[in-house]
Amino acid sequence: MGRIEKTFAALKRKGEKALVAYITAGYPDLETTRALIPALEKAGVDILEVGVPFSDPTADGPVIQAASQAALKNGTTLSRVLDLIAGLRGTVGIPLVLFSYYNPIFSMGSTAFARRAAEAGVDGVLVVDLPAEESAELRRETDPAGIEFISLVAPTTGGERVGKVVKASSGFIYYISVTGVTGTRGPELDETRKSVDVIRSMTRLPVVVGFGVSTPEQARQIGSAADGVVVGSAFVKLIGEKTGSPDLVSDLETYAATLKAALRRVETT
Amino acid sequence: MPSLPDRKGHFGIFGGRYVAETIMPALTELEAAYRAGRKDKAFRDEFHDYLRQYSGRETPLYLARNLTEKLGGAKIYLKREDLNHTGSHKINNTLGQALLARRMGKRRVIAETGAGQHGVATATVAALFGMECRVFMGEEDIRRQAPNVLRMKILGAEVVPVTAGSATLKDAMNEAMRHWVTHVRDTFYIIGSVAGPHPYPMMVRDFQSVIGRETRRQILKQEGRLPDCIIACVGGGSNAMGIFYPFRNDGDVRLIGVEAAGLGIATGKHSASISAGSVGVLHGSKSYLLQDDGGQIHEAHSVAAGLDYPGVGPEHSYFKKTGRADYVSVEDGEALAAFRTLCTMEGIIPAMESSHAIAYAMKLAPTLEKDRIIVINLSGRGDKDAGIIAESTGGAADGTH
Repeated sequence: MGRIEKTFAALKRKGEKALVAYITAGYPDLETTRALIPALEKAGVDILEVGVPFSDPTADGPVIQAASQAALKNGTTLSRVLDLIAGLRGTVGIPLVLFSYYNPIFSMGSTAFARRAAEAGVDGVLVVDLPAEESAELRRETDPAGIEFISLVAPTTGGERVGKVVKASSGFIYYISVTGVTGTRGPELDETRKSVDVIRSMTRLPVVVGFGVSTPEQARQIGSAADGVVVGSAFVKLIGEKTGSPDLVSDLETYAATLKAALRRVETT
Repeated sequence: MPSLPDRKGHFGIFGGRYVAETIMPALTELEAAYRAGRKDKAFRDEFHDYLRQYSGRETPLYLARNLTEKLGGAKIYLKREDLNHTGSHKINNTLGQALLARRMGKRRVIAETGAGQHGVATATVAALFGMECRVFMGEEDIRRQAPNVLRMKILGAEVVPVTAGSATLKDAMNEAMRHWVTHVRDTFYIIGSVAGPHPYPMMVRDFQSVIGRETRRQILKQEGRLPDCIIACVGGGSNAMGIFYPFRNDGDVRLIGVEAAGLGIATGKHSASISAGSVGVLHGSKSYLLQDDGGQIHEAHSVAAGLDYPGVGPEHSYFKKTGRADYVSVEDGEALAAFRTLCTMEGIIPAMESSHAIAYAMKLAPTLEKDRIIVINLSGRGDKDAGIIAESTGGAADGTH
């Protein structure tokens, strides 16, 4: 059983929902990322998505765009992100998922990428612009290396296609609750609930919901409809606001702990 | 050559559909609508009727006698796409896509634009078919192609300035894609080049192929044979693919795509994705790109806003890989000189983009015998570039200081 599966199984036993956090690696710099990852684990983050910055993030809103630009400016590359994860693996136990656009991975080459990611202890990969139809080239290497291929399902994904996407997915399903880019507006609860039910009718994989979630109350509501909640832009925004402050790490920790508290006792509806 | 793309939109290893899940269903829907439209005689007839009655096709294939004589080699013909309504070949594609949007019941259209030619062509068809239109354009391009910005606004379009990155075509396309992701349910994205995810490269190629089909008919009538060489500028590559495609199986016709070498390939400030790039994934397809070792996209440079793009349509990459077309590049200065030559010798003001094709033809023609024939795709008119000419000569549009 991989780390991701174990994590969801343990949460289920405890009656909790997963807090999945996203941060852009290298924002404001790699040193801060190195300090943040264990701190977020300590605060109760269950799964961490480590964002690989890309020059042309067409699925991201202004917050993650700005973070990616800043991370690239200070020299963050996929290779350095993998080194960072490798360095942390001795102390960090939660699943780490690389969240990337395809070109940095393609540029490294799927063989080298799969080898290095597996060695670093990466548990899964979520490639925003790599739909199931184009994923064979990468999965030929990452599947045998034991790296989960996590897929996105969107509000626009029709029933038949949901089946196709979830069938090709492993680890967990990430339901994008908003038709749009990251971090712009909050999810609509009723529609989310319906969509998650559709997905669950087609797969036994856990379903997490994200895009636009920022408050504990939102997390609790969404958590009641799914196996976990993804919070991304809100973390990245807070990192931006606290950059230069000695409290950056502890403030992020506090915020994560507040979100996790809202997911500890969730009435599943 | 096999009929491409394949079912999944691949041209060999190139092309495909590398997009966020949110817009995958929209691409499937678009492909189905396009394939149905292509089979529908009424749709095709209406498209060709608009090309004829509205855009003024066919465009002439004009023998440039003065230029031919001056260069002293091959005969030079100009395919006058600049004489289309709106002043470039872009209208061929926007008419096709707008008719498709109408067929699909979409009332809002968006577009990205570099030089503004595609933006103007999109604003035009939106006005014609009563659609709401939003055009994304980099701030740098808004500055250097001001006349086209004004035209789009007069036609009723909203021009959205994009400040990210180098504030040029790539950034405009990023923003258009973000807008599309957000409004995909009611918005039709009119992509202006043979780029983007499948089915765009195929669809735009098909709509633009009217250029090559006419050229073939015209040259056979005027010369009784096919040309030896067809030359076209390549940014994303829609005018080039439009004239190349109907000649793809004529092995004796040399196809030459001219990329923008900007300040020189060695300076790194250029837009020559095929000549100096490597394979990668950007804006929904796999193709040659300008990128660094880590797969981050480089900013392109060209004096021609319409060529100032770090990628290229996937079918051009395929033509390069298979050797069906050759790709060369010319620098900003050479394009500017060619621009002036055509203005003063033929009384035709070419777009700065098309001037790249002219510049290469001016190098090639003198090396060929007089019985050889070159066709240059004169993809657009250059009124929009008066400001660039003035800047390059320190203020005077006539080239005097």
